[in-house]
Amino acid sequence: MGKAITVENLSYTYPGVEDTPGVTVFTDLCLSVEEGSFVAVLGGNGCGKSTLAKHFNTILLPCGGKVYVCGMDTSNPELQIAIRRNVGMVFQNPDNQIVANVVEEDVAFGPENLGVESSQIRARVDGALKQVGMYGYREHAPHLLSGGQKQRVAIAGIIAMEPKCIVLDEPTAMLDPKGRREVMETIIKLNREKGITVVLITHHMDEAAKAQRVIVLHEGRIALDGTPKEVFSQVETLHDLRLASPETVELCWELNKKGYDLPLTQLDPKECAQILFEVFK
Amino acid sequence: MLKDITLGQYFPGNSPVHKLDPRTKLLLLIVYIVALFTAVSWLSYGLCLLFLVAIVAISQIPPKSLIRGMKPMIFILVFTGMLNLFFYAEGTVLVSFLGITITTGGIIRAIFMVLRILMLVSATFMLTYTTSPIALTDGLESLLSPLKKLRLPVHELSMMMCIALRFIPTLIEETDKIISAQKARGADFESGKLMEKVKALVPILVPLFISAFRRADELATAMECRCYQGGEGRTKMKQMHYRRRDISAFVTGAIFLAAVILLASFSL
Repeated sequence: MGKAITVENLSYTYPGVEDTPGVTVFTDLCLSVEEGSFVAVLGGNGCGKSTLAKHFNTILLPCGGKVYVCGMDTSNPELQIAIRRNVGMVFQNPDNQIVANVVEEDVAFGPENLGVESSQIRARVDGALKQVGMYGYREHAPHLLSGGQKQRVAIAGIIAMEPKCIVLDEPTAMLDPKGRREVMETIIKLNREKGITVVLITHHMDEAAKAQRVIVLHEGRIALDGTPKEVFSQVETLHDLRLASPETVELCWELNKKGYDLPLTQLDPKECAQILFEVFK
Repeated sequence: MLKDITLGQYFPGNSPVHKLDPRTKLLLLIVYIVALFTAVSWLSYGLCLLFLVAIVAISQIPPKSLIRGMKPMIFILVFTGMLNLFFYAEGTVLVSFLGITITTGGIIRAIFMVLRILMLVSATFMLTYTTSPIALTDGLESLLSPLKKLRLPVHELSMMMCIALRFIPTLIEETDKIISAQKARGADFESGKLMEKVKALVPILVPLFISAFRRADELATAMECRCYQGGEGRTKMKQMHYRRRDISAFVTGAIFLAAVILLASFSL
C-alpha cells in the first residue's frame, strides 16, 4: 500500500514577533502514514501535534525538510489546491468552521469552491450528510444543533470534497460525552467503510485506543510509535511524558504494583473486566 | 434576553410570494418604490395600497406581524407628520396660532408622507418576511453580478453578508454568556445614569471583540482548508431560475407601475 503522508526531516520554527526569538517546534521529524490507516497522534500541550497537522494541508510550510501528501510536495504552491482537496481538516471548535446558515449549504461550500457541477454537488451533499447521520437535519440552522451534531456537519463538509485523507485536530475537545461518541463512531465508520485515511489528534487515550496505530509526540520528536497495545503497555514511559494510559491499563498496572501479574494490553473495558474476574475468582 | 432580537426576520411558508425567485422580489421592490415616489393623488396612493394589500394577502403573512414591525417607526412617522402639518402652507388656513398655521394642504401632505413611509417599510418587510436570508444574498449577488466587470467585489460582499448572518446568533449567544459571567462577578448593568450604563458595556464589548477576532481567524483557516479561493471558478448547488410565476409577477409589476405613472402624468 502507498503512503498517504510522508514527512522527511521536517523542521519548523514559528517566526518570532519583532525582537522575540521564534519558537522551534520540530528539528528533524520523520514519519509516514499508510493509505487507508487510522492513526492517532497523542502528546501533551505544546508538543507540536497541531503544528504537525497544519503541515499536512499546506497551512504551514516546512522550514526545512519535506512533507509529501499523496506523493505531492506541499512546498510547491501549484499543488496547494490539489493537496487541500485530498486532505480535509476538521478543527476543534465546530462553530468556527461552519460558513453558511443552513446545514446543506455549508456542506456544499467545499464542492462549490472546487467548481463541481450543481447536480453533482447535490448528490455529494446528500451522500455526505447520510454518512454522518445528519441527513434529517439538512435544512436546519447550524446554531440550533448540539456540539456533536455541528462537528458531524463539519465532517460532512469535508467528506463532500471527497478527500483521500482526513486530519482531525482534537475534534472532540469541546464536546460532551454523547457528542464525543457520535463523532468517534462517524470517524471509525468513514475509515472502515470508505477507506479514508484518518489522522486523529487527540487528548483522550480511549479515543487513541481505537486507532490502528498510535504516535506519541514529545517536544517535537516521536517518543513512541506502534499499535495501541504496544504503546499503552509502556505505562512508565507514558508517565514520564506526563501522559496516562487508558484507565483499564492503568488499573492493571496499579494492581501489578501490588504483586499481581496482569497483562497491560487490555484496552477494552469488557475484556479487562473479564480478566480481573478470572484473577479474583 | 438578547435571543429575542430578530434581524431580517423570515417567516417560512409555501405561498406563491415565497416561491418567487429572490431576484424577482428584489426588482419588484424597486418598482414599488419608484411607483410610491411618483404617486401624487388619492387615486394613485390607493392603487399602491391595493397592490401592497394584495401581496400581503397572497403571502399569507399575518398582518399583525407587519404592524408589530412598525413599532420602532412610530417616532419617525410622528415627526414627519408634524413637520408637514406645521410647515407646509397651501390651501385654506384652518388654524393659526403662535406663528404656526395649519392648512388643508398641510394635512393632506402629512397624510401622504406618513402613508408613503408606511407602505415603503411594509413592502421592504414583505421582501424579508418571504425570502430566506441565503436566497436574498444569492439574489443580490446575481443581480449585482454585471458590476463585476467594473471590478466591484460582488461575490466578496455577498459572502460577507452570508457569514455575518451565520454568526449573528453565535455572537448573540456569546454576548449573553459574557453578560452572565460579568454579572456573576458583581457587575451592574441596570442602575446608574446613562453614562454609567454606557461605561458598564465596556467589559462586555472588549471580550466580545477579542473572541470575534479569534473566531474570524479560525474561520478563515477552515475556509482555506476547504479550498476557498474567492468567487473565481465557483459553482452553486442551488441555481436560480426564472419560472412562469416570475414572468407573471413582472407583468403585474409593469402594469402597476405604468398605471401609477399614467395617473401622475394627469396629476391625478
